[in-house]
Amino acid sequence: MSIKAENIEYVYSEGTPFRTIALDNINLKINEGEFLGIIGHTGSGKSTLIQLFNGLEKPTQGKIFINDELVGENKKNLKDIRKTVGLVFQYPEYQLFEETVYKDVAFGPLNLELSSQEIDERVKEALELVGFRYQDIKDKSPFDLSGGQKRRVAIAGVLAMRPKYLILDEPTAGLDPMGRNEILDQIKKLHKNSSMTVILVSHSMEDIARLVQRIIVLYKGKIHMHGTTKEIYSQAEELKRIGLGVPQVVEIMGELQKNGFEINKNILTVEEAKQEILKALRRN
Amino acid sequence: MFKNLTIGQHYPVDSPVHELDPRVKIIITFIFIISLFVINNFLTYVFVVLFLGVAIIKSKVPIKFVLKGLKPILIIIVITFFINLLMTPGEVILEIGPLDVTKEGIRQAGFMGIRLILLIMGTSLLTLTTSPILLTDGIESLLNPFKKIGLPAHELAMMMTIALRFIPTLMEETEKIMKAQKARGADFESGNLINRAKSLVPLLVPLFISAFRRADDLAMAMEARCYRGGEHRTRMRQLTIAKGDYIAVSFFVVYTIAIIVSRILW
Repeated sequence: MSIKAENIEYVYSEGTPFRTIALDNINLKINEGEFLGIIGHTGSGKSTLIQLFNGLEKPTQGKIFINDELVGENKKNLKDIRKTVGLVFQYPEYQLFEETVYKDVAFGPLNLELSSQEIDERVKEALELVGFRYQDIKDKSPFDLSGGQKRRVAIAGVLAMRPKYLILDEPTAGLDPMGRNEILDQIKKLHKNSSMTVILVSHSMEDIARLVQRIIVLYKGKIHMHGTTKEIYSQAEELKRIGLGVPQVVEIMGELQKNGFEINKNILTVEEAKQEILKALRRN
Repeated sequence: MFKNLTIGQHYPVDSPVHELDPRVKIIITFIFIISLFVINNFLTYVFVVLFLGVAIIKSKVPIKFVLKGLKPILIIIVITFFINLLMTPGEVILEIGPLDVTKEGIRQAGFMGIRLILLIMGTSLLTLTTSPILLTDGIESLLNPFKKIGLPAHELAMMMTIALRFIPTLMEETEKIMKAQKARGADFESGNLINRAKSLVPLLVPLFISAFRRADDLAMAMEARCYRGGEHRTRMRQLTIAKGDYIAVSFFVVYTIAIIVSRILW
């Protein structure tokens, strides 16, 4: 069970002077149960790539397989694929349209033509998954909620389809620190508790460092780097060169080591860093 | 889906036609349209084709682009053609079931067809050679005399400019929302007419909300920069009549005289 991309190429405006290659020779495999991060600068092709994963866009060249099924073979297949691969777009709160939160979250399941009992169940589950109390929220208008809440409702709208794979495109963009932490914590819980495969797309190193197990770095439409989180962050210089940089913690630990501290620099969170620094200080 | 749609289809090259004052171009196009309806003789169309031909060559716009403007209204042209062909009473030439094709019908249909095609080509040339900003500047300037009778010329032009400016933005937005709803299993393409109309709700509601939000933001941003409407507003780029404009006008006067003369004589 996996998402597989083989020799993907995606070209915008083919045959015009505006022709641009958004993706070039992409090969990758995402296993079920994984927590993957896709990082890249604006325009590196990350948003295009994830749209290929659920058949919203078709690659110019190459093939995408979801659980060994070729994407885009026929229409029915597309519907199944959108059920399997849930995609949360950037600023998903702008897709809310119903009068009540319940109705909006039910939109996806309704399109799957499920029974009303099943829909009830799923809406309740999805809203609770993103940290709401079902009874409190279901009859509210989505337009009366705060930005972070709206976003969580929108994510619930995708979760209600019960996807096997959940792709989130910049889920924290434009949120205040509290909203950001809320969303990231929920995503972390989702991965842990429901064994969902989560793919997090971002340009924020800080977000990704805390959560994912494996990182793919896109640069100018190509896979530039690829490895576990620690492997990627150990190449701070290269990351900086392509305009990405590393989380502040990683940077500080690197500097400390350079200045003669005996420190393990493969550290990703503030908590780990604190322990490591205390250890080093006690040793002296 | 929206990749082939061009509104405000400006084709930016340097040409004598592009450099003409937008006011001159608007007036010429306006009279050109009237002239098409004055014509009552097939032979006179030679003048029109000649005039349009020279204008297109001088504009350096590939003929392909001028003809592209015809595509969206092709169906209207075809329908008008057949209605005229079959509904005009007169001398019957051909009978197709209950419908008669008359001699007058053929003439009328041909007339209408050519008229519509030339009309679209002429107006396309105006929008192809004039940027939307210049176009609205021109319209504003032409409407200025009507300010005296209370016509808000500047406000109208500003509204047009803003509307044009937001067409690509809103189209992008539409595409984005459409994709987001498709990801939730929405289907915009199949089903009968009622179902399809219903399926637009998840698209239109967010689109309207975002349009209002943008309008609000823009109004705020304009006020923050002291925008107070047309009163005492100066412009960076003044419209001026140059030598090229005189040449174009003279050329057009010759055309107009030719049309009028042929109408009277033929």
